[in-house]
Amino acid sequence: MKYEMIFSGFGGQGALAIGKFIAQSAMTEGKNVSWLPSYGPEMRGGTANVSVVVSDTEIASPVVSTPTVMVALNQPSLDKFGPDVKPQGLIIVNEDLCPKVVKRSNIDYVVVPFNTLAKEIGSDKVLNMIAIGIIIEKTNIIKYDTLADELTAFLKDRNPELLKLNLEAIQKGMELAK
Amino acid sequence: MGNKVLMKGNEAVAEAAIRSGCRLYFAYPITPQSELIEYMAKMMPKVNGTFLQAESEVAAINMVYGAAGMGKRVMTSSSSPGISLKAEGLSYLAGARLPAVIVNVQRGGPGLGDIQPAQGDYFQATKGGGHGDYRLIVLAPSSVQEFADMASDAFDLTDKYRVPVMILSDGLLGQMMEPVEFKEYKTDAEIEELGKQHFDWCMHPNVDGPGRHHHEINSLEIDPVMLEKHVLNLEKIYKEIEAKEVKLEEYNINPDNEYVCVAFGTAARIVKSAIDDLNAEGHNIGLIRPITVWPYPYKEIERAIHDKINRVFVFELNLGQMLEDVKLAVNGKVPVEFMGKVGGIVFTPEEVKEKIKAYL
Repeated sequence: MKYEMIFSGFGGQGALAIGKFIAQSAMTEGKNVSWLPSYGPEMRGGTANVSVVVSDTEIASPVVSTPTVMVALNQPSLDKFGPDVKPQGLIIVNEDLCPKVVKRSNIDYVVVPFNTLAKEIGSDKVLNMIAIGIIIEKTNIIKYDTLADELTAFLKDRNPELLKLNLEAIQKGMELAK
Repeated sequence: MGNKVLMKGNEAVAEAAIRSGCRLYFAYPITPQSELIEYMAKMMPKVNGTFLQAESEVAAINMVYGAAGMGKRVMTSSSSPGISLKAEGLSYLAGARLPAVIVNVQRGGPGLGDIQPAQGDYFQATKGGGHGDYRLIVLAPSSVQEFADMASDAFDLTDKYRVPVMILSDGLLGQMMEPVEFKEYKTDAEIEELGKQHFDWCMHPNVDGPGRHHHEINSLEIDPVMLEKHVLNLEKIYKEIEAKEVKLEEYNINPDNEYVCVAFGTAARIVKSAIDDLNAEGHNIGLIRPITVWPYPYKEIERAIHDKINRVFVFELNLGQMLEDVKLAVNGKVPVEFMGKVGGIVFTPEEVKEKIKAYL
């Protein structure tokens, strides 16, 4: 099993954090992982993105050019990486910030309004967690329990309220993907 | 998978250096190695070590010179343009036979270049950079784990030979997070013991008396006869290192290989992906990945070029620098093809595959 993923959005939307939590949880589950961020100068309104590989075997190249899973939190991300997703791949789109979604055939699309849903849950901060929930439901890359444990260890004392909202957002994502 | 942590290469090498007994670190910030200096700034005070952000790269390398003269484990780090500034100091360290570890997280050049990963400092690291007849031991990691492991290897090597060691990494390995497992921290007693191996030559507190000898550390030798003797002695040490310390990874190297690729560091990761795919299609391609790029595995490459080999491919993130060493090793036996990417652009496995496929 090998998953190559790209998560992308505006700086501050939490695209890199999606990758970090998935890599962290997959590592805890005993898999090989790599997390490679874009760290160059980006134009305002451009994309902050990260390439993540999760694999049962040793990871050769950490550079992902044709992902099997892609999350686009804004339109530039969808335009940049959408065409590269492998056939039978999964594209998760933030409907609120992607007004133009041209669907390719042979691709599984999940199009949901992340900003609206995050506001409903109670914090813009948990927008990225909805995407993770969709990935958990649609793939077997990581288990919900592993991530919930990681988040609990990380946030329980620091910010229990944010922990609650995060878990709620993940569950919302899982529900939407069903 | 017990104690693995997910960490950036820059942070992992810093943590590993501290665990190896490094308590002195001097540097000046530069992207893409900034997390390394940040990590040292945060952690050195916690282990009673010294972190100092110098006023420049030149100052930092000379602080390293001073600390190394006390026989302590000392490190500095930078990225390409900063390493050029340190080059004078590297020559002085080598001339004075001082043990030190230098990390280069390479970025695109020449000049200020950009901040993306590159391998354009291969010549500088392995053939000179500074002036005079000297060598650095140069280690080229290919994963975050190896980057971290090389910190302790580098200190052991530099202590053993009193030749400065450079870890030649790049922006991708510095910025990437991968799981890494660390060795235990060296205890204070162990660190003190390490210092004692340099007792016969290093500086001591300014007291003369039994067991406290007057030492001088200098790279100036105005008498040509004495300098000749000194440089010939260096040559002897370099020959010993060439004989004993070559390290490489052989990936799918076997007696039935039809083609052999040679690549180091980040480039080797990409090449592995490409040849995995090609071998799955029924080809038999091997990869030699030099882990020490000085001393260079000339003999091992020569040995891998048996009668069934049609061609050798070299892949680098530069215009073809290690290529010259591969050609020396291959010695005209078979054609050597090269593909490079410059400007901080990293080739994809697909591009590597295409290059090889053109000759299959």
